[in-house]
Amino acid sequence: MASFKIRISFPEEKIKEPIIYKIGHEFKVVTNIRRADVREKTGWVELELNGDPSEIEKAVASLKTKGVKVEPIERNIIE
Amino acid sequence: MSRKSAVSDILKQKIKGLKCRECGKLYPPVALHVCEFCFGPLEVDYNYDEIRRHISRERIENGPKSLWRYADLLPVEGPPTVGLYAGFTPLIEARNLGAELGLKKLYIKNDTVNHPTLSFKDRVVAIAITRARELGFTAVACASTGNLANSVAAHAAEARLRCYVFIPGDLEAGKILGSLIYAPTVVAVEGNYDDVNRLCSEVAGEYHWAFVNINIRPYYAEGSKTLAFETAEQLGWKAPDHVVVPVASGSLLTKIWKGFNELKMLGLIDRVDMKVSGAQAEGCAPVASAFKEGRDFIRPVKPKTIAKSIAIGNPADGYYALKAVHESKGALETATDEETVEGIKLLARTEGIFAETAGGVTIAVLKKLAQKGIISKEETVVAYVTGNGLKTQEAVINAVDEVVRIDPSLDSFEKTLKLKEK
Repeated sequence: MASFKIRISFPEEKIKEPIIYKIGHEFKVVTNIRRADVREKTGWVELELNGDPSEIEKAVASLKTKGVKVEPIERNIIE
Repeated sequence: MSRKSAVSDILKQKIKGLKCRECGKLYPPVALHVCEFCFGPLEVDYNYDEIRRHISRERIENGPKSLWRYADLLPVEGPPTVGLYAGFTPLIEARNLGAELGLKKLYIKNDTVNHPTLSFKDRVVAIAITRARELGFTAVACASTGNLANSVAAHAAEARLRCYVFIPGDLEAGKILGSLIYAPTVVAVEGNYDDVNRLCSEVAGEYHWAFVNINIRPYYAEGSKTLAFETAEQLGWKAPDHVVVPVASGSLLTKIWKGFNELKMLGLIDRVDMKVSGAQAEGCAPVASAFKEGRDFIRPVKPKTIAKSIAIGNPADGYYALKAVHESKGALETATDEETVEGIKLLARTEGIFAETAGGVTIAVLKKLAQKGIISKEETVVAYVTGNGLKTQEAVINAVDEVVRIDPSLDSFEKTLKLKEK
């Protein structure tokens, strides 16, 4: 079991989509939301993904195809 | 200076632990950077009562001529073991540049000459790696394309630690030479910037390495406070009226603000009546645009600027930098690539300091803020120039004059240069 903390940023047109629910069903990962700020035109959610490393990687890759921005919790690391 | 005498009398138990900046939950002072509960960033929690009993201007002034003179306010428990000469860079009274910009008391904090790798990163890395050794790490790492990688690689060589530097796979060879020379393992990741970002977070979670800007970040970031400490001491123990700071992750600006306020809280300076203004490149200005649009949140951007050392599109401390600017009644302003190049040239022409692109952004923004009257001419102003221009020569190579070519004769010399006086 591995754990990976991510931050998902939603553009306006994706705010109404149940994206987190979907990846929990499509992949063997447990999603655990810790912090969020979702408004009318923008939103972000910070959550933990728990599961096998390969399932987590697939879930992250899938999130990216769903039109949201996925980053590690640290956000931009390359300085 | 011997290693033992670097700081003669280290305070015991000055660090209480780590504390979440959002929910306040406390943690022991280990290699941890995110709150397990709310995922907020962790910060070092100091025992200020203990520090206050010992610290004084005199104690600091009798310390080494490096950032370690402020060791009482830095997150290490023993004497420094690496980076002993970092910091205490010149604070230059910039009379010529001040005259051009109409500012009477302008100073440049010149970190282009920081030791050993010529950028302010030597401050944060000296502290991060000293702390990493205290925590028992034998390997250090970072994700960086420039200044941070140079500094981590150099300090790891000095500390004889294994070192891993992660970079995007398509980076030009010239950019990584400044790291490779210190013989770290440079890992070029086949993928884009986001892939490297994600991978490094995963690696940091799996391996017992000290990633200076990930799991060691609470300690690393504190090093930036020394820019405030030095400025105050060099001004005769007072805070300036206005500072201009480049903004990348937002950590530097946040910590400079914290540093001045810490000095005031401990009675080392009388007051902090200071505005903190931030400088961003127009092609990567997530914090400045939030400020201008009156937003309280940062909208991530895709960077497109020559100022690569501050091109962070989703800055981890952007929110806190924005807050510090508001608290201090400062401003955030941007510079285009052209203005950045002009800024580099202006600083070089007037003060003889060759800054990298981030310095060009800072000087260009300083100029704008002065022109707009946001900085008034009577204010004592400090602009932070954080990296050396020799590292980003490509930015100005086509923006400088040609050499004057002559034959090896006095006649040719005088005719070509059209000299009249002798």
